[in-house]
Amino acid sequence: MVAVYVIIGVVVVLLITFWILYNGLVRLRNQVKNAWAQIDVQLKRRHDLIPNLVETVKGYMKHERETLEAVTKARNIAQQLTSAGAGERAKAEGELSSALARLLAVVERYPDLKANQNFLALQEELTSTENKISFSRQFYNDSVLRLNNKTQMFPSNVVASMTGFKAGEFFEVTVAAEREPVKVSFTE
Amino acid sequence: MWEQIRSNQIRSVVLTIGMGALLILLGYFLGLYFFDRAIAGLVIAILVWAVLSLIAYFQGDSILLSMSRAKKIGRDDHPRLYNVVEEMKIASGLEKMPDIYIIDDPALNAFATGRDPNRASVAITSGLLQKLNRDELQGVIGHEISHIKNRDVLLMAMCSILLGTIVILAWYGSRFLIFGSMTGSRRSSSSGGGGGAQIIILVVALVLMILAPIMAQLIYFAISRKREYLADASSALYTRYPEGLASALEKLGASTGQLKSANKATAPMYIINPFRKRGMKAIDLTSTHPPISERIRILRAMAGASFGDYDQAYRQVHGGKGVIPASSVVAETVPIATTKLEGEAGEPNEIQRTRETSDVMWRLSNYNTITCECGAKLRVPPNFKEPQIKCPHCGRTHQV
Repeated sequence: MVAVYVIIGVVVVLLITFWILYNGLVRLRNQVKNAWAQIDVQLKRRHDLIPNLVETVKGYMKHERETLEAVTKARNIAQQLTSAGAGERAKAEGELSSALARLLAVVERYPDLKANQNFLALQEELTSTENKISFSRQFYNDSVLRLNNKTQMFPSNVVASMTGFKAGEFFEVTVAAEREPVKVSFTE
Repeated sequence: MWEQIRSNQIRSVVLTIGMGALLILLGYFLGLYFFDRAIAGLVIAILVWAVLSLIAYFQGDSILLSMSRAKKIGRDDHPRLYNVVEEMKIASGLEKMPDIYIIDDPALNAFATGRDPNRASVAITSGLLQKLNRDELQGVIGHEISHIKNRDVLLMAMCSILLGTIVILAWYGSRFLIFGSMTGSRRSSSSGGGGGAQIIILVVALVLMILAPIMAQLIYFAISRKREYLADASSALYTRYPEGLASALEKLGASTGQLKSANKATAPMYIINPFRKRGMKAIDLTSTHPPISERIRILRAMAGASFGDYDQAYRQVHGGKGVIPASSVVAETVPIATTKLEGEAGEPNEIQRTRETSDVMWRLSNYNTITCECGAKLRVPPNFKEPQIKCPHCGRTHQV
């Protein structure tokens, strides 16, 4: 009789543990999903800002046609890849980031442009969007790291493999230029 | 990394329970002395505490914000501030955007309030908004957002309610004691053999009345200081840039202005103690905040941006054991950011920031601003009735 109770007790404890671990995994997976959606929102925002920026800047920057074209091109490529996987997308967005950084560095040479209220507002939005992209990426990667740890470490890995949880993909920046500070040179 | 907060929270909760025990003890002995029944004192203590807690829980943030005369702003009022708050919201993984308030005060300070992460506000003084560049603002907002994210706001509010209840009970207890002994009207249970026990109860009640408020205050300060270090560590982690907060604290530390609208109960809510004296080395127990110079040195000593790096820097600067429990420090490297886009182009200087902030403050007080072609800015008060106004500088006429 005692043995039956012990068995029932063990089964109940196991079920509760399973339940808690499973819920924890689901919560993390949702967090990863939300974090990814947040990156998405910010990347879209950047895509929307760029035509505006190019339009404002064009009149001032007669000699920077190539820089502007690079930005527009990078933006169009990135926009086409919005439904691609994290790795491929990160690469395209990385290209866009470095093209934008080059454009913003060049702005230093145009004092008229820096006095333009419209441009200043746009620049604030763009700077902030860049920050938001990197902060949401930071949070996404942290969440993915936690999810991956959970799916690989005991005891939650048992639950994860039973219920088909997969490790997430990091959003890495593959373009070297974005990691390094932009050098602004004033000599022509 | 995000679970690390939890073990620190347990420590704070233990301290809070200590404060609760103090309250119950005080209520018990006051009841025993005044009503001859411990239960009466307990009921009064818990009733006062419950009423104050309910008020604080449901109305605390709006009371605090209206007391400090804070004005709510939207995205268009101050885009940079709004953006920085949104950035920190994203970095911390907070689900809902907190409300943003500006306090029209030249003193440098900021605070966070709200009972849970879904109903939270951050407030910053106009003085601080003018003084800080973007990186520094990010550090300060990161600190405040982490108070929200770590649920410090509710914890500190509940602690200050406990403290307040203890102070109120001890105060009234001592008044009644003096009043009672003067008129001799205290109802006695007059069981003849109770004399010795009565005296013991009186002595215990007296000691508690004197010591409980002091002890509660010390516990309160201890909790508060711990949360400040933790918020600094979180801010460094969110921004990946401890130097931003360090340099903001440097500016805060150099200022002498005291915040007009702060009071003792709300002091721990602010990023720096609003009542500090200049150059005060607040290592002593009676401070709600760790000394600024120490906070700066810890931030600057960080080798990376993780909690582990903060803990190491803390031990290096402060000595003794770390502020973040060893069990929650995981071995991972979080590099400090090198690329800071906002530090480069388009950063408004202090004069521009001052103009920008004063524009916002005028607009929030319903003043209409007209920019004249001569460069002058006309502030039209809300009760101005004329349809036209003349520029006092160049004489042009403007439609209101």
